Amino acid sequence: MALLEIRNLHAKVNKKPILNGVDLTIDVGEVHAIMGPNGSGKSTLSYILSGREGYEITEGEIIYNGLDILDMAADERARQGIFLAFQYPVEIPGVAGLTFLKTAANAIRVHRGIDELDAMDFLKFVRSKASSLDISDSMLKRAVNEGFSGGEKKRMEILQMAVLEPYLAILDETDSGLDIDALKVVSDGVNNLRNDKRSILLITHYQRLLDYIIPDKVHVLANGRIVQSGDKNLALELEEYGYSKFSEVVE
Amino acid sequence: MSKDTEAIERTKSISEPYKYGFVTDIEVDLAPKGLSEDVVKLISEKKSEPKWMLDWRLKAYKKWLEMTPPEWQKASFKPIDYQDAYYYAAPKSGDKPKSLDEVDPQLLEVYEKLGIPLKEQEVLAGVEGAPKVAVDAVFDSVSVATTYRAKLEEIGVIFCSISEAIQNYPELVRKYLGSVVPYTDNYYATLNSAVFTDGSFVYIPKGVSCPMELSTYFRINQENTGQFERTLIIADEDAKVSYLEGCTAPMRDEHQLHAAVVELITLDDAEIKYSTVQNWYPGDEEGVGGIYNFVTKRGACRGNNSKISWTQVETGSAITWKYPSCILQGDNSVGEFYSVAITNNAQQADTGTKMIHIGKNTSSRIISKGISAGRADQTYRGLVRMQRGANGARNYTQCDSLLIGDNCGAHTIPYIESQNPSAQVEHEATTSKISDDQMFYCRQRGLTEEESVSLIVNGFCREVLQTLPMEFAVEAQKLVGISLEGSVG
Repeated sequence: MALLEIRNLHAKVNKKPILNGVDLTIDVGEVHAIMGPNGSGKSTLSYILSGREGYEITEGEIIYNGLDILDMAADERARQGIFLAFQYPVEIPGVAGLTFLKTAANAIRVHRGIDELDAMDFLKFVRSKASSLDISDSMLKRAVNEGFSGGEKKRMEILQMAVLEPYLAILDETDSGLDIDALKVVSDGVNNLRNDKRSILLITHYQRLLDYIIPDKVHVLANGRIVQSGDKNLALELEEYGYSKFSEVVE
Repeated sequence: MSKDTEAIERTKSISEPYKYGFVTDIEVDLAPKGLSEDVVKLISEKKSEPKWMLDWRLKAYKKWLEMTPPEWQKASFKPIDYQDAYYYAAPKSGDKPKSLDEVDPQLLEVYEKLGIPLKEQEVLAGVEGAPKVAVDAVFDSVSVATTYRAKLEEIGVIFCSISEAIQNYPELVRKYLGSVVPYTDNYYATLNSAVFTDGSFVYIPKGVSCPMELSTYFRINQENTGQFERTLIIADEDAKVSYLEGCTAPMRDEHQLHAAVVELITLDDAEIKYSTVQNWYPGDEEGVGGIYNFVTKRGACRGNNSKISWTQVETGSAITWKYPSCILQGDNSVGEFYSVAITNNAQQADTGTKMIHIGKNTSSRIISKGISAGRADQTYRGLVRMQRGANGARNYTQCDSLLIGDNCGAHTIPYIESQNPSAQVEHEATTSKISDDQMFYCRQRGLTEEESVSLIVNGFCREVLQTLPMEFAVEAQKLVGISLEGSVG
């Protein structure tokens, strides 16, 4: 069953066309990877899916869980279970990570009709998820992303995913800026969150992430369209031949 | 009602636009409209004051007549017509009540609506760990009830209305009243000295740490009245006290003047922590109505090793104009000023502090967080003065401004004067905006626009909010969110 259907999506930023007819269907429980060169529209697609303002949708639709979400605000989509792990997680000075997590988790729990967790139960819940991501209590007490290293930021994003339990998780270049050890911790974290009710969309430049998180399907995005789809072997081909042939296809 | 559900109810009720905007229909005793020597005499007479008190008031009144209102502030407003206001309004309920049982039930209802735990017996009977707060409640011109008094008296702490203190502890009042803010100090303080109607008085004897928070709630109810309360707090040697004031007023179309004076005195090794959560009616979105909050607050660290700490959360009032200050006379004395000022819609604020370093090795710390939204305008104005004898004195000042939207303003005006080469003064200032990235990050995690603003702003103010007593910190956090409702989008 399809969790996400993107149909003929066209979008502009500042009047400049970025997406030129994206079609993509992700079934419940599947992991898809979108690869593509710089400027192909990968990050734009992740922002549009998660509801960031500033994009003009000129054609097409996005159906998530049977709902047309294009008119839904970002927070409404989040409460519906769409999660974006940011390429550049944002600092929020003075707000402790734990407070941020609790506020977000309770907003989503209320929406789902589950009781809010009190401070003690919530701490237990977070700790159970944090230890495997190598996140200590002291890191949870620090302000959100403030002074964090690249690896710490990315681990914190995955912790948020684990706590918020989304149905669709979009990971925007989660591998960027990670050394090989950190990549392993983050990938293990994501793999632990794979299950038959959760779909994941990985956005990446590089094949190496897909050695750790094995996708069900791989798509190539070039010039704002999906130009080829295949299984995990497509990523290996790209690694060998690069993106140049896809640019030619579109031109 | 259990403590938990009570806390929840209070939290819920605070999340309405301005829930304190109600007017209570209570019979009042009003002085004739306008200001004259006769009105000053009448106020003094109503309170059966001794002659020295009346003489002091009259000196202040004569001085005031010679003064002109100051005009150096950044806020702008039409001149106030002092003859078009009442200077005394007291709920009519016969003699001053002896105990809470004698207080007009309608008044108690008002304070209940405001969420003030006047009924001390409830608190006394409350569960272990329930907040213990002694409250003095001032309704228009008079103090209507002071709770916990008996319990405090056992350890020698005096907590009563200033009117009662004038009757019962005249030697203390005469010694300290006007000793920090003289009756000649400034236009509004001088006016207050002439017509002050009530306020709180606290004396903590030598070596006593006051075992509970002391608190005053001020309420302006009557139309066209000014509120001129006077608060005097003395911490004798090695004494400690934490004091909190809260303020509300009904929604009215006219501006109302609130010109209070607060004086704090600490002797050797004493400490006063004074916290304010100011939520006077701010006026409507267009700037109609609201309180003019022109207040003089000053503390004197007279003794060595003494400390005065001001924390203020200023979210209400049409115009806030005040500078809670510290005169650091004693050697090694410490002054602190922690401030959060939020202005939204058409509100204006010109606020900050003065740290006057006189004694050796005195130190002061100023942390000011200003948030401006809507068309509001806000100024931090602060003076740090190192006098000749202030060897080794130190000051650290940090002023951060946060702007929401494109139509508001924030200004930082520091005055630094140093006459002592060994003194150190540090000043840091920043101005920032809530970024689109921060907003999107929060909203992508499921927070609404307003929840996101509230979270980000609370983070911005955290350093100040965490200096508030626990019981009030939570309320202050909610208030921060509410004050900014409608400021984004």
